[in-house]
Amino acid sequence: MPSAPTPTTEARGDRAAPRKAGRRFDPHRFGPVVGLVLLLIVGTALNPDFATWDNLMNVLTRTAFIGIISIGMCFVIISGGIDLSVGSMAALIAGGMILLMNALAGSVGSPVAVVMLGMLFALLLGGGFGLAHGYLITRGRIEPFIVTLGTLGIFRAVLTWLADGGAITLDNDLSDAYGPVYYGSLLGIPVPVWVFLAVSVAGAVLLNRTAFGRYVQAIGSNEQVARFAAVDVDRVKLLTYGLLGVCVGIATVLYVPRLGSASPTTGLLWELEAIAAVIVGGTSFKGGEGRIAGTVIGAVLLSVISNILNLTSIISVYLNAAVQGCVIIAVAFLQRRRP
Amino acid sequence: MSLHVAFDGITKEFGPVRVLHGVGFDLHPGRVHGLLGENGAGKSTLMKILAGYHAPTSGTLSIDGEPVTFRNSRDAEKRGIVLIHQELSLADDLTVVQNMFLGHEIRRGWLLDDRAMRAQAVEALRQVGFEGDPDGKVRDLIVAEKQLVEIAKAQLRNARLLVMDEPTASLTPSECDRLFGLIDRLRRDGVTIVYISHKLDEVERITDEVIVMRDGRFVARAPTAETPRQRMAELMVGRELTDMFPDKHIPALGKPLMTVRGLTVPGWAEDVSFDLHPGEILGFAGLVGAGRTELFEGILGLRPRSGGTVEIEGRPVSLRSPREAMRNGLTYLSEDRKGKGLHVNMGLRDNLTLMTLRHHAQPLLSPASEDRALEHAVASFGIRGNPQGTASSLSGGNQQKLAIAKFLEPDPRVFVLDEPTRGVDVGAKRDIYFLIARLAAEGRGVIVISSELIELIGLCHRVIVMRGRRVSATVPADRLSEEELIAHAIGTHTHH
Repeated sequence: MPSAPTPTTEARGDRAAPRKAGRRFDPHRFGPVVGLVLLLIVGTALNPDFATWDNLMNVLTRTAFIGIISIGMCFVIISGGIDLSVGSMAALIAGGMILLMNALAGSVGSPVAVVMLGMLFALLLGGGFGLAHGYLITRGRIEPFIVTLGTLGIFRAVLTWLADGGAITLDNDLSDAYGPVYYGSLLGIPVPVWVFLAVSVAGAVLLNRTAFGRYVQAIGSNEQVARFAAVDVDRVKLLTYGLLGVCVGIATVLYVPRLGSASPTTGLLWELEAIAAVIVGGTSFKGGEGRIAGTVIGAVLLSVISNILNLTSIISVYLNAAVQGCVIIAVAFLQRRRP
Repeated sequence: MSLHVAFDGITKEFGPVRVLHGVGFDLHPGRVHGLLGENGAGKSTLMKILAGYHAPTSGTLSIDGEPVTFRNSRDAEKRGIVLIHQELSLADDLTVVQNMFLGHEIRRGWLLDDRAMRAQAVEALRQVGFEGDPDGKVRDLIVAEKQLVEIAKAQLRNARLLVMDEPTASLTPSECDRLFGLIDRLRRDGVTIVYISHKLDEVERITDEVIVMRDGRFVARAPTAETPRQRMAELMVGRELTDMFPDKHIPALGKPLMTVRGLTVPGWAEDVSFDLHPGEILGFAGLVGAGRTELFEGILGLRPRSGGTVEIEGRPVSLRSPREAMRNGLTYLSEDRKGKGLHVNMGLRDNLTLMTLRHHAQPLLSPASEDRALEHAVASFGIRGNPQGTASSLSGGNQQKLAIAKFLEPDPRVFVLDEPTRGVDVGAKRDIYFLIARLAAEGRGVIVISSELIELIGLCHRVIVMRGRRVSATVPADRLSEEELIAHAIGTHTHH
């Protein structure tokens, strides 16, 4: 039955057209880019040091931790979930891997090998925590908000207990071996920025070009429809949390050599920054649709704000969180849907 | 008490698109008007203008000769105009009484006067014949009861004009009878009624006159008594309708494709057995709540089963999810298109290929391969609409064709369609009937669950009737009639 062009058909074709035209300026897609460009112009105008290569690399390096976590968070939010625990999780992973590396330093000869084992442990621990979340949420049928609110407290408390209220510090010779992971660079670009880039590209491919990514969007858009369409909903959700855990592990691996220690304030409020980056990037908080590129831009945008405040004296740097908060609300306002 | 409505040159544009092109007609007091038209004809938009949900772009709406402008639905309600939505607009977690007064609560000082509200609500509910618990949550009501609550709520607002959009879409024959009785009473009380329905037998039965719209224009009006159904359908579609149903080619009964024995889904279906043969269209009739949908959700593993066996192509299967069902050659298209069938906010292509993404992954998804699948589906199922748009941009009939295409992508041997033509216009209905016949002719087994008896009679080779969770009869093609099916469904059948 080829569709013969009847008057009815034409009328219906017309009706679908404005939706498409409406996409020409889609604030979800271009809002964050426009915001970032404006900020870059403002930053350059206010301080000539802003637009230097060193400063930009510095900003990107600092963005890497939150940025990598927000890539994982993007999947969780698109699938209709949330993870409040990522900051505490990063702290516990950091403490755990430092303790492990210090303990191994005596028995394993090469510091490099010790660091490699520590990094592997961090990724496994992150993945394990994430899968545990996913398991409680899918099999245990507990709301993700509640599960991760619980582990937010648990992770940080355990770290505080392990550190006895103080800090867990990496042995000096291990620090030297581990340092390049944060401080090193390749072709003039710092290692954390390379990792951030790699995770972003992998995330974008996974979300947009694999069945898994499509299932994540389908579940967030309407879980029942996905279930009836033979999607293994529980497995996909479980994997999104596992993926986020691994991302937290990667971010922690990059973060530990920076200070060489973990304390009860490590990763404090990272969960909110990561969620903010995802939302600023144009991903719907209700799930169903989202973009990796937008998330990356969202993360960069938030750290550019604090960088500009640091470099200029117009607004006190103490108000950093307030300015970011205003940006988040402004972006949400621009992206709101018509009722 | 009655109220005379006149539309004059009403146009409505959404952005650059004009959906109403100068519609003009009158609604006469105290009459039941059947408003007919295919999906997309502009009926709903016009009625939303009448009820204050939309403002017309140009043209006048007059009530009792006086031009009016409604800013919102409350303005319209004040003039006694109430629209009862196709998707009922009740808050599930509030009680019946709370819903009836939502936004119009009676107060005593700063506090709610629950006693007064309850008394008024109970009286209104009694008048419409609602027998449920006024203090129960709306969540626990069946659709028919929700509808009565909506009508009672309209009565509380002293409705003088009631617009009902597809009110019987999920009602059983006896519930429909009760609704029609109520409509009759409202008409005698002088209430003007606009009745939108795709079910022409109902329109024929309860309306005084029919008004037909097509492509955003008024086409015709005529007394119902002088307009045969065939003529109504032709006016809506704008062309001659040949027979609605394809010829029946009843297959020789050989080895069954699917065998179900003694299946029990606790609370919903008990000891159900049936066979489905290759090339067969098997109908499932019964009242809402007879357990038909739940039986198949049980077979799919979406509800717990407590007994019985299922065999597909001779292999015993014990399905735990729609995924396992698909792998065993069975797919099920739910009656709830927006809630369980399609991702209405996603594109046509993403909807179509969701069940078979593995076929398009190498290992990365190939948009070109998916586009080919969509092109093929658009051509072979006659899906009309913008292929780049979302599923929600399609008309009901085209959404349903897309949904059917989606659940056929895995190439099932057994295809179950639950209410396949709900909310679908006449032209698309016919397309779907011929499509179902084509699927059967290809050797698939097709199961059609439907509340539209005419559909089951016209289409099916055999109909199983369920009553109170059990199979009450299996009716062969040559004995199919409305009387026979209703008798089995409500249990008044006597053996000849």
